[in-house]
Amino acid sequence: MEQTDAALVGQARTGEPDAFRVLVERHARSLFGLAYRMTGNESDAEDVVQESFLRAYRQLKSFDQRASFGTWLYRIAVNCSLDLVRSRGRRMEVFAPAGDEAVDPVAEAPSASPGPECLALSGEIRQRVAAGLRRLSPTERAAFVLRHFEGMRIEEMSRVLGCQPGAARHSVFRAVQKLRRALEPALSTVK
Amino acid sequence: MNHLSEEDLVLHYYGEEGGPSDAGRHLEECSECRRLYASLQSALDAVDGAPVPERDPEYGARVWRRIEDRLESRPKLWLWSDPWRWAAAGVAFAGLLAAAFLAGRFLPGRPAPAVAADSRVRERILLVAVGDYLERSQMVLIELANANSSGGLDISAQQARAEDLVSETRLYRQTAARTGDGAVAGLLEELERVLVDITHEPAHLSPAALDKLRERLQSEGILFKIRVLGSKVQREEAPDEPPARQRL
Repeated sequence: MEQTDAALVGQARTGEPDAFRVLVERHARSLFGLAYRMTGNESDAEDVVQESFLRAYRQLKSFDQRASFGTWLYRIAVNCSLDLVRSRGRRMEVFAPAGDEAVDPVAEAPSASPGPECLALSGEIRQRVAAGLRRLSPTERAAFVLRHFEGMRIEEMSRVLGCQPGAARHSVFRAVQKLRRALEPALSTVK
Repeated sequence: MNHLSEEDLVLHYYGEEGGPSDAGRHLEECSECRRLYASLQSALDAVDGAPVPERDPEYGARVWRRIEDRLESRPKLWLWSDPWRWAAAGVAFAGLLAAAFLAGRFLPGRPAPAVAADSRVRERILLVAVGDYLERSQMVLIELANANSSGGLDISAQQARAEDLVSETRLYRQTAARTGDGAVAGLLEELERVLVDITHEPAHLSPAALDKLRERLQSEGILFKIRVLGSKVQREEAPDEPPARQRL
């Protein structure tokens, strides 16, 4: 029978390395998805995943076992991503020579099976999505990714971001507002 | 009839609590709000199409192999694993940014169009940095201003963030003072005092101390001033954006 996260954390705390291996194997893929949305870059996302597990391992003793391991791990990954994005000054790329023509890998990564949705996202809309995502501050991007792509409730999201629910809601609101403004001209043309 | 605000529509889209309870019914009856809601939906649907590269089922095992040897000893190569180095790097980066900005403003002798373009880029970089800094400061203050004070509050997380922000404040304030932005320098000085005081509070604030801090934030109007400066920075940061609409 598959062991729960809580049981595995308990074993890992006693120094059982195999228990932590199972946790890594169980959560790595979903953590990569989150890190990729947060950083907009595959290699950064890989770094974030590894660093998140390393941090989690070092902090296992401080983990409250009544909480969800997944949420705790997400919180670590969000902080790692924010550190990375801030340290590399992603937002400065807004001013790179290519300007808004530069594409964000989040919007540009190839899809295995391009369907109608991918086609609809082509051209100007795709560029505007990329530009809109680049214009979000790291905090807004984190809040938007957690709410929109990860489907996290604002209450839970605020725990992951380490802020009050009101502040988390405000960040989501500002992110949506910026994206909507970035996309509006292209979407009204489509209509 | 009171229309739904943009925030109400976002809350309704995500099915979050906090918006008007009859938002759904209002949307059925109000064509204007329905049109605005449809516009919001199309924007968010367009964002939905952005794909994430798949990782195969063996990905977790590969990650484990990469980190396995590093679990027992602390890694030395990660800059961010050491908070002091990280803080020093942050300060150094902010210093470089400030130096680049000042150089753009004061260094003579380059061809005029290139100097103007470089200076504009540097100014915008500084604006982005200040915008992000203001947003983070605002978040710390909003959290304290909106906290439930009934049983006291552990503010150690906010204090850690305030401490990081203080060193940045000084750099931005000095830059603003040198470039003659007196109003900005004044506000940053005020903000610095508030942040420093927050770091000096005990980690667990009593309800009375929290109320006192809240009163101070309110009486000094610091949050309002940050919002005003933040909006100004945002406008200057994105001069090519279409003018903001009042509602969706």
